[in-house]
Amino acid sequence: MGRYVIRRLLQMIPVFIGSTFLIFFMVYALGDPVAALFGDKAPDPATAARIRKDLYLDQPLWKQYLHYMGQIFQGDFGTAFNGQSVTDLMASAFPVTLRLTIVAIFFEIVIGITLGVITGLRRGKSIDTSVLVLTLVVISVPTFVTGYLLQYVFGVKWGWVRPTVSPDAPFNELILPGIVLALVSLAYVTRLSRTSIAENAKADYVRTATAKGLPRHRVVTRHLLRNSLIPVVTFIGTDIGALMGGAIVTERIFNIHGVGYQLYQGILRNNSPTVVGFVTILVIVFLLANLLVDLLYAVLDPRIRYA
Amino acid sequence: MPDPERPEGPAMYDPVGPRPREAVSPTGQGGPMDLAVEGGESLERPPGPDTGPREKARSLWSDAWHQLRRNPVFVISSLMILFLVVIAIWPQLIASGDPLYCQLSKSQQGPEPGHPFGYDTQGCDVYTRTVYGARASITVGVCATLGAALLGSALGGLAGFFGSWGDAVLSRVADVFFGIPVVLGGLVFLSVVTSTTVWPVVGFIVLLGWPQIARIARGSVITAKQNDYVQAARALGAGNGRMLLRHVAPNAVAPVIVVATIALGTYIALEATLSFLGVGLRPPTVSWGIDISNAAPQIRNAPHMLLWPAGALSLTVLAFIMLGDAVRDALDPKLR
Repeated sequence: MGRYVIRRLLQMIPVFIGSTFLIFFMVYALGDPVAALFGDKAPDPATAARIRKDLYLDQPLWKQYLHYMGQIFQGDFGTAFNGQSVTDLMASAFPVTLRLTIVAIFFEIVIGITLGVITGLRRGKSIDTSVLVLTLVVISVPTFVTGYLLQYVFGVKWGWVRPTVSPDAPFNELILPGIVLALVSLAYVTRLSRTSIAENAKADYVRTATAKGLPRHRVVTRHLLRNSLIPVVTFIGTDIGALMGGAIVTERIFNIHGVGYQLYQGILRNNSPTVVGFVTILVIVFLLANLLVDLLYAVLDPRIRYA
Repeated sequence: MPDPERPEGPAMYDPVGPRPREAVSPTGQGGPMDLAVEGGESLERPPGPDTGPREKARSLWSDAWHQLRRNPVFVISSLMILFLVVIAIWPQLIASGDPLYCQLSKSQQGPEPGHPFGYDTQGCDVYTRTVYGARASITVGVCATLGAALLGSALGGLAGFFGSWGDAVLSRVADVFFGIPVVLGGLVFLSVVTSTTVWPVVGFIVLLGWPQIARIARGSVITAKQNDYVQAARALGAGNGRMLLRHVAPNAVAPVIVVATIALGTYIALEATLSFLGVGLRPPTVSWGIDISNAAPQIRNAPHMLLWPAGALSLTVLAFIMLGDAVRDALDPKLR
C-alpha cells in the first residue's frame, strides 16, 4: 500500500510538470502580458524592456518556467499585476469555491445515488423511464442556461433565495449555485449507478444473499451497493477537479468571488501570475483526487490489492 | 448459449481444425493444439480467422441494427438530427430572412406575424438567427468529434495493442490533458485567438477531447486482444497489422462509437459555453451561445430572446445524447 502510494506520487510528477507547462506555455507564449499591462496604448520600448527584465520575461520560456516553479515551491506565487499578491487572492477565493464544491458533491452523492438505486432496481418501470428522461434533459441543457433560468425563477420571480451571493458566500447562499453546478454531474451519477446496479442485480452473489434469507434492504446496501459504487466513485473523484475549475460559469452567473471568478478576470486582463498560480493548484487538487479514488477502490472492493 | 447455435459449432470448427495442427506440429508440441481445440469448442464461436470473426461481427452489427430500428428513442433522435443537418446546410428552406439584418426600432419586441420568436436587443429576428445558429453548432460538433475520434482511437488503439513504453507515454500525456479543466483551458487557449471562423474552436475541442476517446479505445482494444480468437490468429502466424485491423478493431470499435456519439452532444454544449464566455465563436458567425450570452442580462425584460436559442441548443444536444444512448443499448448485449 505504502509503496503503491509512493509510486503513484512519483508518477504524478511528469503529469504535474506537463499540465503546468502547457498552461504556462499558453499564457506566456501565446499572449503578451506586458502589452496587456498597457491596455490599448502602445508601450514605450524602453519601459517595456525594463518591465520584461523585472518580471523575468526576457529569458527563454523554459527558464521562465523553472524560475516560476522554483518560486512556487518556496511558497511565492508572485504578484498579480495590480500589486495584490496571488497568495492573498487564493486565500480569499479557494475557501469559497471549496464550499461551493462541497455543496455540489453533497447533492451529487445523495440525490444521484439514491435515484440511481431506485431506478436500477426497477429497470423498465415507469419511474425508471421518467427519471431517465429527466436525466437526459438535465444533461442536454447547458449549465449557463439552467443557471440563468433557476436564478430567474427562484431568485427573482419567487424570491426564495438571493439571486446573487454575497462576498462571504456562506453555505446557505450557495445551495442554489451548488445545485446548478452539480446538475449535469448529478444526472451522470444517476445514470452510472443505475447501470451499475442493474448489471450487478443479476449477479450470483446477490442471488446467494437473497437465498440466505437476508432482508432486501441489507442485500441492497451491503452487497449490491458496495459492489456497484466503483464506477460512481471514479466519476465523482474526477469530477472534483472538474467542478472546482468548471465553476467559472456558475460563479459568473451568481457573482460568486471564487476561483472561477478570479481566473476569468485573470484571463480577460491577461494577468498571467494569477492564471498560472490558480491552475497549478487546481492541477494538484485534480491529481490528488484521482489518487484518492484509486485508494478508495481497495476499500470498496477487497479483491483489489495494491502491492 | 442458445440451442440454435449448436449445429453451427462443429461445422465451422472443421475448416479451422487442421490449421493449428499444421502450425503446431513442426514444434512437436501437443499441448497448445489441445488447448486451441478445446477453446474453440467450448466457446462455440470457433476462432476461424478467415470466416469466424467476420460472421460474428456482421451478426453483432445487424443485430444492433434490428434492435435500433424498433427503438423509438433512436428513430426520434435520428429524425431530429436529420432535420438539424438539413437546416444547417440549407437554412433558407425554413427561414427566408437575413440573420444579420436588424432594425433597432424593433429592439426586444415580442412576436409578430412573420416573426414568430420576436426580436433581440439589436432588433434582429430571433427566429432567423435561431435557424441559422444550427450551422455553427453542427459544424463544430461534427468536425470536433471526427477529429477527436480519429486521433483518439488511432493513438489509444495502437497504445492498447502494442503496450510497453508507447502505452505508458500515451497514458501520461492523456493524464496531462485530463489535468486541465476544459472550460479553463478553453478560456486560456482561445482568448488569444482572433480568428472569427469555427476552426480554432474545433481545434481546441479536438486537442482536449482526444484523450477521452483514446482511453476508451485503449481499454477496449486491450479487452479485445485477450480474446481467444485473437490468440488463435497470433498462433496461426497473423501479422500485427492483420490482427489489429481484422480481429481486434472490429470487436473494439463499438464503445468508441458510443462515446463519440455522446461526446458530439457535449462538444456542441461546450462550444456554446465557450461562446457564452466570449472566447468561442465571434459575432459575425451566428451562434446560439453568443445569442444566449447577449440575452442573459435581459432575461427579466425579454425572456423570449433567451428561451428560443437555449431551447434549440438543448434539443440539439439532447438529440445526440439520445442517439448515443440508443446505440449503446443496442451494442451492449450485456444489458439486454
